[in-house]
Amino acid sequence: MFRYTVKRLIQGVITVWFIATATFIAMHSVPGDPLSGERLTNEEIRANLEARYGLDRPLFEQYLIYMGNMTRGDFGISFTQQNRRVNDIIREHFPVSATLGILAVVFAALGGILWGALTALFRNRLPDVVIMFLVILGISVPSFVVAGLSQLGLTSLNALFGVSILPVAGWGTLLHMIVPSLVLGLGTMAFLTRLMRSSMLEIINADFVRTARSKGLPPTRIFLKHQLRNAILPVITVLGPAIAAITTGGFVVELVFAIPGLGRYFVQAVQQLDYTVIMGTTVFYGAFLVFMVILVDLVYGFIDPRVRLE
Amino acid sequence: MAQDQSSGMTADSPGTAATRDPLSRVALRQIALLAIAATVGFVLLMAALSWASDLTSSSTTSVGAIDVETGTITLSLTQEPPQLDSTRLTDSVSGMILGHVMEGLLRYDINNQLAPGVAERWDIRTDGATFWLREEARWSDGEPVTAHDFVFAWQTAVDPATASQYAFIFYVFKNAEAINRGELPREALGARAVSDLELEIEFERPVAYFDKLVAFQTYYPIREDFYLSRDGRYAADAVDLLYNGPFEITVWVHGAHVRLEKNEHYWNRDEISLNVIDFPYITADGNAALNLYRDGQIAVVNGLGAESLDQVLAERWPVRRYSDGSVWFFQINHREEHPTSNYNLRKALQLVNDPGELVYKVIQIPGYTPGESLFPTWLNGQNGLFRQEYPAPTVTPNVALAREHLEQAKRELGVDEIPPIVLLADDTPGASKQAEYYQNRLMQTLGLDIRIDKQIFRQRLAKAEAGEFDLALYGWGPDFDDPLTFGDLFASWNLNNHGEYANAELDAQVRIAQESTDQATRMAAFGRIQEILIEDVAIIPNYERGVLYIQDPRLRGVGRRVVGPDPDYSRAHIVAD
Repeated sequence: MFRYTVKRLIQGVITVWFIATATFIAMHSVPGDPLSGERLTNEEIRANLEARYGLDRPLFEQYLIYMGNMTRGDFGISFTQQNRRVNDIIREHFPVSATLGILAVVFAALGGILWGALTALFRNRLPDVVIMFLVILGISVPSFVVAGLSQLGLTSLNALFGVSILPVAGWGTLLHMIVPSLVLGLGTMAFLTRLMRSSMLEIINADFVRTARSKGLPPTRIFLKHQLRNAILPVITVLGPAIAAITTGGFVVELVFAIPGLGRYFVQAVQQLDYTVIMGTTVFYGAFLVFMVILVDLVYGFIDPRVRLE
Repeated sequence: MAQDQSSGMTADSPGTAATRDPLSRVALRQIALLAIAATVGFVLLMAALSWASDLTSSSTTSVGAIDVETGTITLSLTQEPPQLDSTRLTDSVSGMILGHVMEGLLRYDINNQLAPGVAERWDIRTDGATFWLREEARWSDGEPVTAHDFVFAWQTAVDPATASQYAFIFYVFKNAEAINRGELPREALGARAVSDLELEIEFERPVAYFDKLVAFQTYYPIREDFYLSRDGRYAADAVDLLYNGPFEITVWVHGAHVRLEKNEHYWNRDEISLNVIDFPYITADGNAALNLYRDGQIAVVNGLGAESLDQVLAERWPVRRYSDGSVWFFQINHREEHPTSNYNLRKALQLVNDPGELVYKVIQIPGYTPGESLFPTWLNGQNGLFRQEYPAPTVTPNVALAREHLEQAKRELGVDEIPPIVLLADDTPGASKQAEYYQNRLMQTLGLDIRIDKQIFRQRLAKAEAGEFDLALYGWGPDFDDPLTFGDLFASWNLNNHGEYANAELDAQVRIAQESTDQATRMAAFGRIQEILIEDVAIIPNYERGVLYIQDPRLRGVGRRVVGPDPDYSRAHIVAD
């Protein structure tokens, strides 16, 4: 187990290094650079800027300097916000994205398992049909539509009652978090519901369930210990990447609900060709994703003793 | 909404579950229990997370769009201000914020006329200028604003180590360009504090519009001891700035919240009516801003697009408009290897261009006006508006004549068909729509094959600089209120002249406009530049941009400007309804 963990961690480091290098190369191959601006009306001003950011050096040297700083945990200074360090941007904004993401994942996982089990128990009857219809809606309607509609719904709700029941946008209190996290988790919840349903259906009449029933175990025990526990494994598998995807993919929800998360920096940096922020956020998110996948693999062993990690 | 549904369903399900299978009945009870536990857990988790997030950000507490009692207005920003260091600032959001918290020697008043700021009076000569500062001007820590603060800020801006993009705006100062090139020390700058209240400036060359330059944001003062004490973090946070304007920043949570409160040390504080200007929402999403307005959370929504206009009209909110001062046109590539270097082809393009159709049928946003010149209609001339003194040459769309020019161009270029024309455009929805309109228009009228090259802003700029285009949709906004801010764009040495248009007569006229101090001579030069650009088809004007916005009727006296901080809430006031 220990050896396996170490091996996975080393693989993870190599993956992150690969992500960093690939991003570096891709970023420098697109036309333009973060210093392009309409107000640079002479060469001196441009040369001053290049010298300040070290862009006047050969690309390979820039790469070595960047990698050296990165291994020391220093992502450099943003190009668009010239007095903010990328480390500060991540430190200030990732907790917001993470809070939103964790809430969304909890909501998605609980909802998904619950609805999934329910549809399996009611297979092909009305609750199953209704829920699966909603699930298909949840999977196919993109989050910017759901976000926009739910925000519009909030304004109508507040107008109806004449007072502000739930805030339309913004961040900071419990009330601000509810709707955005529900919207963010909706897609994943729908996906997990389907997954849970099919995996529950496989198990619901499995041999070991029949055996358990025939030896007179109470139905509660059968459901919790034999059915749910076995059916939940595929859900755990996708949960790791889902956490990473939700935490990093909140850009649209953050935009609509004016939430100061890291997502907008991730997207805007690419539009602005802000080299240091692109590198910082990509490497950070990449490392986060790799870490989550490793974590899920390790958690397997605890949930299903049949999975012995070698 | 989904949460409501889920709790509703699970509460009902044990009752409605008249199931035949005893197993599922028990299982349902289990699920109901699980659901209750999950809901409780979810709420607890939210509470914990909200407590944790308090450590990293301040909360958005809502007082509504306008609070009469406390004199507070609430607004939203489209983005976090990227740069509040006046020497490095380039974008409009930062410029708007800084315009409320800083004041230069001169400022623009609510009617967009120059008014005294920190300077009480001034004298501008051909070789230099003198400014006398008002004694009562104070920084937000109570210290007086002195001439040294301006000298320090300006030296910092031209210092090559600062690498300011706007360093060029100081090039009228003696030695500024040499300092910026690193050839002279920053102390050599032609600006000197004679005393605490007297500022002496030496020019490199005569400059007729210096009073207008002085109102520009890069000319704001910075106090040396404070700047140095921040150790490279000047303007990085609210506490890393010192203010001399009508407001000061009291809260700046990056990406989330900016709050301006009245600066009690401001010399003209009696003129300021608002106590707080709060920006607790930062989002680029126009619909989100509209929803906030609908919910009574913000007082102004700026820059309504054609889609949101319908919603706004349906709500019967009065729509206001103003011109943002920018002019949009085709940059044309005049390099020899490009077909557009041929005069007759350019003439053909000019003759089929119909700015009226573009503005009224394609863009369809009131406030946009058809473009006729590089010089926008709002520019001041010698006595009145420049465009009234020097009307732009009229070009009437004429497809038949355009086709004749096209045939001529084909003969001159020695081709049967004009090769595909590359049209470089931004990747914004608006630019895409315009590019597609032109693609269709030029195909139908001239049979030209237009290839649209959509790029994000910086890549579009890089491609334009490299000359990788034939036509480019391009806009230019003013830096100061003088025709020169547009007039020198197509001088052969200007780096924004991406098509490398070179015309000796135009260059000569630009020099006259730059160096003469006689307004009549200068305006005549701009008039000639305007003619050359149209006659020689150096560019093809498309439109002047307008901005639509809605504003809470209780909020009055908001300044809208083409030059300087926009919108300007500093002199606004609230009327009770």
